[in-house]
Amino acid sequence: MRNTPRMPRGQRGRSSRAIATGIAAILSAGLLAACSSDDGGEEAGDSGGNGGDSGEQITLTVGVFGQFGLEEAGLYDEYMELNPHIKIEQTSTQRSEDYWPALLTKLPTGSGLMDIQAVEVANIYEASNDLAQYFVDYRDYEDVDLSHFVEWKVAQATNNDSGKVVGLGTDIGPMGICYRKDLFEEAGLPTDREEVGALWAGDWSAYVETGKEWQAATSSDAKWVDAGAGMFQAIVNSFSERFYNADGEVVYEDSEGVATAWDTTMEAVEADLTAKHDLFSEEWNQGMANGDFATLSCPAWMLGYIQDKSGDEGKGQWDFAAAPQAANWGGSFLAVTEASKNKEEAVKLANWLTAPEQQAKLFTERGSYPSSAVAQEDPAVAAATHEYFSDAPIGELFKAAAEGIPTLITGPRDQIIEQGLSNGILVAEREGADPETAWADAVKDINNQLEE
Amino acid sequence: MTTEHHLAAPPSGGAAPRQERPPGRGRAARKALDPKAVRRRSLRYRLDTKFSPYGFISPFFLFFAAFGLFPLLFTGWAALHRVQLHNPTDMEWAGLHNFTRLLEDEFFWNSLKNTFLIGMISTVPQLLMALGLAHLLNYKLRASNFWRVALLTPYATSVAAATLVFALLYGRDYGMINWALGLVGIDNIDWQSGDWVSKFAVSTIVIWRWTGYNTLIYLAAMQAVPSDLYESAAIDGASRWKQFLYVTIPSLRPTILFTIVVSTIGAMQLFGEPLLFGSGADGGPSHQFQTIGLYMYQIGWFNFNLGRASAIAWAMFLILILIGLINWGLTKWVNKSSGIGKGA
Repeated sequence: MRNTPRMPRGQRGRSSRAIATGIAAILSAGLLAACSSDDGGEEAGDSGGNGGDSGEQITLTVGVFGQFGLEEAGLYDEYMELNPHIKIEQTSTQRSEDYWPALLTKLPTGSGLMDIQAVEVANIYEASNDLAQYFVDYRDYEDVDLSHFVEWKVAQATNNDSGKVVGLGTDIGPMGICYRKDLFEEAGLPTDREEVGALWAGDWSAYVETGKEWQAATSSDAKWVDAGAGMFQAIVNSFSERFYNADGEVVYEDSEGVATAWDTTMEAVEADLTAKHDLFSEEWNQGMANGDFATLSCPAWMLGYIQDKSGDEGKGQWDFAAAPQAANWGGSFLAVTEASKNKEEAVKLANWLTAPEQQAKLFTERGSYPSSAVAQEDPAVAAATHEYFSDAPIGELFKAAAEGIPTLITGPRDQIIEQGLSNGILVAEREGADPETAWADAVKDINNQLEE
Repeated sequence: MTTEHHLAAPPSGGAAPRQERPPGRGRAARKALDPKAVRRRSLRYRLDTKFSPYGFISPFFLFFAAFGLFPLLFTGWAALHRVQLHNPTDMEWAGLHNFTRLLEDEFFWNSLKNTFLIGMISTVPQLLMALGLAHLLNYKLRASNFWRVALLTPYATSVAAATLVFALLYGRDYGMINWALGLVGIDNIDWQSGDWVSKFAVSTIVIWRWTGYNTLIYLAAMQAVPSDLYESAAIDGASRWKQFLYVTIPSLRPTILFTIVVSTIGAMQLFGEPLLFGSGADGGPSHQFQTIGLYMYQIGWFNFNLGRASAIAWAMFLILILIGLINWGLTKWVNKSSGIGKGA
């Protein structure tokens, strides 16, 4: 290379200058675009505010995470049709773990917030207590009807001291067990959903025992359950007291719920019944599609997820049975921010979106089970079946599951404790740590993170 | 600024020409004004030449103050308090607690250890490979520009895209790498949970992304080596390998040092790859590949503890300063011992 002729100096200079100018132009254009789009957003909000005063066009913004379903179910379009002066814009962050920290940094400054922000159940305690001043109190608005929700759902979004209600429930996650009929049949287990449910009714250790039987009889390489963490989640949520007690103290190290869930899960782990997956990882999705595990804990919103991941080949292979014990996993709320310029209209929209009719529609379109007791009675919900899950009468099954759900005591750091314990289970599953070591390590990790 | 002067000059005239005018032509009043105006303008001129350069370079410093210095100092201030992400203005004095607790924080030391280990596993092979590749590219090659661009493409890919693809490749059950290993009879490896294999996997992402970049830097330095050195070495009967060892490497010493420093700093700040390779800020279920940047992120953005996160950030900053000092000492030593650095 050293000896190759170089480009004439002038030409090289010119072309590189041209390139440099081009790059500079692109960069500055990018900067300007970034700024201007930001400005655009603000202006849209502003003009919306002005419009509100004069009764003209109003833009309402909604911040959600994942495939939240409101837009997908066509609810925004319907509302805009009913209220021509309203325009709804949604911003979605894919992962709720990313959504929440970003929202947290915006709340104190009051900038960059949407009119309506979705809040996941893992974060609702913080939103309704530590962060209550940043959200409006739904009790101040006459139109808002809180009576149609199931009681514990409203209780979760209520401030401990003032009774302020910051969130309106969208969906809840009553749980069942999804299972692969082909894998059950092959190992000589019943495939009918009622018989299957009866195998472990009322007792999670019966579920583990059934797993041991199945594992001994099966000729496949599949495992009984997808992940210890999913099982743990399902068991611990069937207790009212998990990580915090009613006085708001951290009690996960001694709580009966955690101890039971941990021990039962460890029994399954030690019997090598789990496929050792990290929930929501790509490998987990693929395992779901390939029938690598026979059962998994299935809150209402999981049905659509399984359907997406398993695709057409999985159709009719899956079925849905009652879980050993009733529990809730997941579900969300809609909160209106104090920083919103159209609180009145935003509250109206949030109220409409969570009204029984809309919740019923969200269920039939997206499978998110209503948090509204009235919507649960809706014939379209109560009589619903799921074609993909062998026409399981999910309306009926979820209704039964929802009735036994205990009022969970939530706390500000639920997510950290839950994540720490899930990691502990993974360590036991994948790294072969014995349960005591895994527990001790998880406790050390969680307490380090909880320390202020 | 210059245009203004240019336009302003003709009506009132420049300072020098007016002095040359015959005094008789000016009116009394104007004559009285003249020296003042001259003084004022020359003062303006002097102020201009004196201060406007500062004005020209001020944007950098203003931006640096706003986005570099202020956050640095504020982080230092926050590190001395108990602060929550929810409410950054509500600070409670904690003194040096956040720093002293780091000394006993095994998760901090674990992340520091991981950072250094991953740094070593990624930097050393990366620089050696870059050196070798640069040497190859330095020969006359067909389509040399193509090779150079090809080498730089990984660097131009986004960390997120690259890492997500690598995470798929390293999948436990359905990853391509385990599939290939399976062909030669090796059992599936759990790349995300193994202590060493996970560090290795993260390192390969770094190596993949940065080797090309370092290659081009080495290549540029190699092209600056005078060709007579090679010629005389060839006349003395030195083989290509000997030329590489005794001509290329010594000439490249300052460049190698530079790339080592840059890679070390990059390794200290390693963040995106381990974050996306795992499924969160934990860096593996038992923090096998949690780097110090990731640990800071976890404490600050998942546990909402800004005070502790700030202390970690400052600890990281101090370590980088330490590395900078070591580098400075090394540079001096290299320059002294080789003499080439001085010439360049």
